[in-house]
Amino acid sequence: MVNPGGARMSTFTVGQEFEPKSYPVTRELLVAYANASGDQNPIHQNEEFAKSVGLPDVIAHGMFTMALAGRYASEIAGSSAAIRDFSARFTKPVVVPAGVTVEVLFSAKVSEVTDATVKLDITATCNGEKVLGMTKALFRN
Amino acid sequence: MLNPDTVGRTFTSADSITVTQESITAFALAIGEPNVEVAPPTFAITITLDKSQELLQSSGLDWTRVVHGDQKFEIQRPIVAGDVLSCSSTIESARMVAGNEIVTVRSDLHDGDQLVASSWSTLVVRA
Repeated sequence: MVNPGGARMSTFTVGQEFEPKSYPVTRELLVAYANASGDQNPIHQNEEFAKSVGLPDVIAHGMFTMALAGRYASEIAGSSAAIRDFSARFTKPVVVPAGVTVEVLFSAKVSEVTDATVKLDITATCNGEKVLGMTKALFRN
Repeated sequence: MLNPDTVGRTFTSADSITVTQESITAFALAIGEPNVEVAPPTFAITITLDKSQELLQSSGLDWTRVVHGDQKFEIQRPIVAGDVLSCSSTIESARMVAGNEIVTVRSDLHDGDQLVASSWSTLVVRA
């Protein structure tokens, strides 16, 4: 097709949705994330401590859940190198009991397309409840 | 309570951080990200949250009561192994909402003169 402006046609369109994906969260992954990120807050590893401060159980780092959303956005964008802006609100903790694999389910919709960028609205739920709010990723088109 | 004089001031940490391939790979592995050629988009938090904690604690804030409220990144280019990053942090705002103190810290990561990424962390200090 002739493209008089010379601009590359985007493969993304506003309103486009993507196949939802679920990623596992386990106590072992939280320990790996704590070591990799340096965030050693015991509420993310120690059940006794988490309960002593009024939490139902060990909870995932909000930044761990956001990182999973970043992985999902990177898959849609084609590479993690394409992500330019990324934001999220931590609305509800992901509770991770011992010996259980908890799944966080991600879905996304394109909210804006320009010649240079694509904006995604991402939804993250765990057991049917939203765990992140206002999750948006902007990536290079 | 945060010392109000610290709002708006910028603190640059004296030491810079050299990003290693091991640190990128460990972070990517923990989140299941297969691409380890560049750091995942949230990798900057491994540097900025630590620096924010130092800054806020030295400004009088009780870190044990801190909950992460929201987070934003602007990425100029992906972080890669070999980057030597300096971090400057600014407390952009501090306000009281329903008895909780809400503090927003911006951290800029530079490699030499080049801005690589900026991070905004909004932290809620529970009453």
